[in-house]
Amino acid sequence: MPGSYLPSEYLAILLLLLVGIAFGAITLWIGKYFRMQRPYLEKLVAYESGNPPTAEPRMRFSVKFYTVAILFIVFDVEAIFLYPWALVYDKLGMFALVEMFIFIFLLLVGFIYAWKKGNLEWDK
Amino acid sequence: MQILILLIQIAVLVAIVLLHVAYVTYFERKIIGHMQVRMGPMLVGWHGLLQPIADGIKSFFKEDIVPEQADKPLFLAAPIICLVAMMVSVAVLPFAKGWALADINIGLLFIFAMSSLASYGIILAGWASNSKFTLLGALRSMAQVISYEISLGLSLVGVMMLSGSLNLTEIVEAQGTSFFGMYIFSQPVAFFVFFVAMLAETNRVPFDLPEAETELVSGYITEYSGMRYAMFFMAEYIGMFVMASIGVVCFLGGWNGPFEVSIFPPIWFILKVYLIMFIFIWIRATIPRYRYDQLMAIGWKLLIPLTLGNIFVTGLVKASIN
Repeated sequence: MPGSYLPSEYLAILLLLLVGIAFGAITLWIGKYFRMQRPYLEKLVAYESGNPPTAEPRMRFSVKFYTVAILFIVFDVEAIFLYPWALVYDKLGMFALVEMFIFIFLLLVGFIYAWKKGNLEWDK
Repeated sequence: MQILILLIQIAVLVAIVLLHVAYVTYFERKIIGHMQVRMGPMLVGWHGLLQPIADGIKSFFKEDIVPEQADKPLFLAAPIICLVAMMVSVAVLPFAKGWALADINIGLLFIFAMSSLASYGIILAGWASNSKFTLLGALRSMAQVISYEISLGLSLVGVMMLSGSLNLTEIVEAQGTSFFGMYIFSQPVAFFVFFVAMLAETNRVPFDLPEAETELVSGYITEYSGMRYAMFFMAEYIGMFVMASIGVVCFLGGWNGPFEVSIFPPIWFILKVYLIMFIFIWIRATIPRYRYDQLMAIGWKLLIPLTLGNIFVTGLVKASIN
């Protein structure tokens, strides 16, 4: 019956999620009454091998991290498309094979382009 | 009533997982100790057996330092996010037939989702600490995790094609009970890629760049102390356990063993998981760390083409059989 589906299996996951959060929060909260609490300035500054911190911690970082993130999005979407394809592969037969080959081929072109552009080289 | 039973099951599961985390650290220190011809922990209890308990108590009583420049709410929440995301993914693991807390039909997808969620904890921790080491560690960790997640996800596509399911129980059952039915024999390339990606996903040596002590102190957990530090540690070890279990379920035939053990059915599953854990630790004691550019080159230039090739070949072979 559509509409009456009750995802009872997910109830266990939801409960485990709540138990996990409660475990973390309660351990930290109870610990508050037991652990020592003696903060002073030297303890509270950012760690920089014992020296007083120089310059801003939120510095600029390499643009490569961004390009990797973009490539990741592309390939992750590909993986998401591949999962349902893999599951029904037996039923679809030859059609699925050819179709997915075209799809992967198109992605591969983009991948090779990124490679040739040097987006995968981290030592340059 | 149903909720009460579930809560009891969850309590048992969480207790077992935490105990496992505690003793896997002992296991690791002991094995590395013996591999380096020393004894490892010996003083607390017989052969140091109570060492993990002592460590837990110690970190519980340690001061919880919040650096003054930190972004407080995010700094406080990050370890819990990490821990909870890892803990929740334990729910779908089938320890034996019918021994899964939540036998959902998208088990594998759920595990990927949760392991991605845990990397939020990492990046939040690194950013909220507002320190150079943590920011660099978090960035590295993020780039590493997302790079290897692709090969991890794609390496399992072959398994999905063979079993036709995302449900972990069905994947185990599709492999049958015979020895050569295990997918490690029909998908050796996928297993290799999965294994390497698994090491990188869990930030283990030789891919432990995010916490490379020699350059980044402890990476994204540099500013954490006490129980919060311990939570990141727990999350990491639960992550190892989950990844090893996925390896066992997808490639090593899950709970099936050479003979049935009716008293304690998950025995084979646990033995296989610990075999993989032992290999993790063995690798840690043997192989030096990679450089960052090497790490990214392995992920993008070797593993991804390999997995795509594996999918091609699996598709062709399956089509020709049909």
